[in-house]
Amino acid sequence: MAQAAGLALRATSLLTAVVALSVPPVGAARAADTARGGALYEARCGACHSLDAHRVGPMHRGVFGRRAGSAPGYEYSPALKGADMVWDAATLDAWLKNPETLVPGQRMGYSVADAIDRDDLVAFLRQASTR
Amino acid sequence: MLIKTNQSPDVTRRSFLSTSGGIALSGAALALLAGHTHIAAAASANPSSDVGILNVALGLEYEAIAAYQLGAESGLLQKPVLDTAVLFQSHHKGHRDALIATIEKLGGKAVMAKSNADYAAALSAGGLKSQTDVLTLAARLELGAVNAYLGVIPAFGDKDLAKVAARLAADETMHWSLLTSSLGKPVPVVALSFGA
Repeated sequence: MAQAAGLALRATSLLTAVVALSVPPVGAARAADTARGGALYEARCGACHSLDAHRVGPMHRGVFGRRAGSAPGYEYSPALKGADMVWDAATLDAWLKNPETLVPGQRMGYSVADAIDRDDLVAFLRQASTR
Repeated sequence: MLIKTNQSPDVTRRSFLSTSGGIALSGAALALLAGHTHIAAAASANPSSDVGILNVALGLEYEAIAAYQLGAESGLLQKPVLDTAVLFQSHHKGHRDALIATIEKLGGKAVMAKSNADYAAALSAGGLKSQTDVLTLAARLELGAVNAYLGVIPAFGDKDLAKVAARLAADETMHWSLLTSSLGKPVPVVALSFGA
């Protein structure tokens, strides 16, 4: 009986430890989910964008580190072409949050309100830029 | 056959736009198409921004028209499915015409379509080898369009234009649903799956 109780206690302690490890503490940074970002990219961005071809919007492979409005062969808005900005995690996050606020006069009417969604999308774009 | 229709897919543009069972336009777009420019002008709070969004939508419609054209000319679509593809393409042509009319009446300049060769390259149409491939591409584009239209609705300054975007999304959803069904794929398990 005492042995069974001890096993149960150890099992409970182990479960508590596992749960503690799997749930980030309040305020801790969440690791971006690149796979989820890829799925979001397909669902939300895929109407206008592809990684490797200009469509309604410009191609995205290599966007990280690229100057805004500079992908060869795509006709950007004058506003984006004139934006003195390089795409990185911060600028992409700001763009996705509200493109018109970041670059007034640009053409993208779509935005991503949720910060976690943006984080995952940016992680996906970062990964795609290196492949 | 994917769907039953009492309309010929090669219905003329005039009769297509005038039929109550075809594409339905409303708000500013309908007012514009009917020549009531003052209604649309009064309704648009930020015409420049709205024109930009409408031109993006127009780009989507051009791409959809080209995709169905590529599918129709591929020889991969069997006759009953081909009829439905042509019908869906006619819907997109209706969307295109309405968007161009609205953009121009708002004082904007409608973007031009690219060549079908450009669309084929961008969509990797050379990789289409079967009817299933064509329908899968069409379904992917239709779903993207649904999400895009739903996504831009909040960005419109003109609520009537937002309503037009919602009605365009409804047409695209109809297309996606029928294409998905024809591919034997299940409907979404969860609610509110579009636009998420």
